[in-house]
Amino acid sequence: MYSIKELENIARQVRRDILRMVNGAASGHVGGPLGSADFLVALYFDVMQPDPTAFSMDGKGEDLFFLSNGHLSAGWYSVLARYGYFDVKELASFRKLGSRLQGHPATQEALPGIRMSSGSLGQGLSVAIGAALTKKMNLDEHLVYCLMGDGELEEGQNWEALMFAAAHKVDNLIAVIDYNGKQIDGPVNDVLPLGDLNAKFEAFGWKVFPMYGNDMSEVTGTIKKAQWFTGQGQPILLLMTTHMGCGVDFMTDNHEWHGVPPNNEQLARALGQIEETLGDY
Amino acid sequence: MMKYSNTGSKDTRSGFGEGLLEIGRQDPRVVALCADLTGSLKMDAFAKAFPERFIQVGIAEANMMGIAAGLTIGGKIPFTGTFANFSTSRVYDQIRQSIAYSNKNVKICASHAGVTLGEDGATHQSLEDMGLMRMLPNMTVICPCDFNQTRAATLAIAKHTGPVYMRFGRPKWPNFTPVDQEFVIGKAQVMREGKDVSVFAIGHLVWNALSAAEILQEKGIDAEVINIHTLKPLDENAVLNSIRKTGCAVSAEEHMRNGGLGDTIAQSFVRNFPAPLEMIAVNNTFGESGKPEELLKKFGLDVPDIVNAALKAITRKKERNF
Repeated sequence: MYSIKELENIARQVRRDILRMVNGAASGHVGGPLGSADFLVALYFDVMQPDPTAFSMDGKGEDLFFLSNGHLSAGWYSVLARYGYFDVKELASFRKLGSRLQGHPATQEALPGIRMSSGSLGQGLSVAIGAALTKKMNLDEHLVYCLMGDGELEEGQNWEALMFAAAHKVDNLIAVIDYNGKQIDGPVNDVLPLGDLNAKFEAFGWKVFPMYGNDMSEVTGTIKKAQWFTGQGQPILLLMTTHMGCGVDFMTDNHEWHGVPPNNEQLARALGQIEETLGDY
Repeated sequence: MMKYSNTGSKDTRSGFGEGLLEIGRQDPRVVALCADLTGSLKMDAFAKAFPERFIQVGIAEANMMGIAAGLTIGGKIPFTGTFANFSTSRVYDQIRQSIAYSNKNVKICASHAGVTLGEDGATHQSLEDMGLMRMLPNMTVICPCDFNQTRAATLAIAKHTGPVYMRFGRPKWPNFTPVDQEFVIGKAQVMREGKDVSVFAIGHLVWNALSAAEILQEKGIDAEVINIHTLKPLDENAVLNSIRKTGCAVSAEEHMRNGGLGDTIAQSFVRNFPAPLEMIAVNNTFGESGKPEELLKKFGLDVPDIVNAALKAITRKKERNF
């Protein structure tokens, strides 16, 4: 068990990893991964606690996580490595030729911890529903988690999946929306406003919990509260408000850091704001 | 060499339905998903026998492909069912990322392929499906020739690990292959041996190719007919052994010329044994409404078209001294 303080320290290191990986590749996304770092750390180190030495594609008898917005790969890879799925030194290979750490998550290179390719948006929730249905058929009581972006909700497939999960009572599934209000072209409200998401999800038959995603104790507490509501006939959704670029002042809430790598000077400034807690890779 | 005769016409989609029910009985890992076309796909028997393993997803094919990919995680063997158009072009990116690139053990089963769908017209007559699926790494592409073979292929793809696309059709069609056959993925079948011209056919047109061979025999021409039920991986040995013997060929398919069987065989010929190849296929045009037999005639996929193509291939061979 990790204390909130320890989880926060891990998240600090993950944020440093994200910045260094994307800078090292001179390519990739920092804004989304920085914003969702607290959630991913909480999910792996506190909530799911899978055995990283016994990874199997089938994942029987353990909780499963799917990343639908695959461009958050840097953050996920860092969490997987820091959790023990592979050596943190491998983070240096991110987005480089021959790496298992592809630009977007992939299964082809057999990186432990990854069960589905993602990157083309809008597909992860359907996949998570399928995995959750298999868990039910296998009488496996573990849960399935899926992280999605808010801009990603503009993809129609999500709404097919939202409809299906409620109708089929997929109640062993917790979907999480990274509600940072930003997408590549600008604020979501300028690109394509999503309206009242809480009301939409509830109208679709989901049990919705709001959550502030950049406060570690709120994240761990809300996920555990949500777990109490699994198995009651309704799929569960965490509407997780976050700050894109959280942890670095000049990146926070700025959509221009969605998919732009920091240069060396920007990296130094950013790292100066985040304590090195576990040792850089 | 056995001579094939029609033992009573049946639709290939019903062969799929029977095969699915049987493999459902044999293997509890088999699950089936359908997008509001259970009756058309002949999946109702499976749905009735195994309601806990049948998932009605509604008219939401993209979601169906994603759910199918997810179901494999934990060991299920999902079979998706809808029309060929909605099984491929409508959901190409879902298949590409969540099934092919992720290498998931999903069986994409597609009915109402080709112009023999008939009256519904071009919106529903998929003529590009095999080409689209053939381009995807990890994907196996199968199109059996009749009811019995579709049933056998359904059993075979469940036992094969990896993504599979299998297409079949709507109309009643001659059923001529053995009821108890074993379907071997990737192994072409020599249906009739001959020395003058090779006819490589897939799906419904295997029967047309056999009928054309009878007519050619009356003209003193000895045609070899090979059933390429697996478009990918192509049984290149079978294709090259035949063309080295006959020196000219016809391909026959109910599909667009681009991306289909003729295209696949031409690639093999060019790399290994350049020889005249006449392609019986739909060429750069959409389908239209009509009766299946009228459409086969209109698009040049009928028996006389195959006969004429064989004669032309033989003429080209003689002109070029192959």
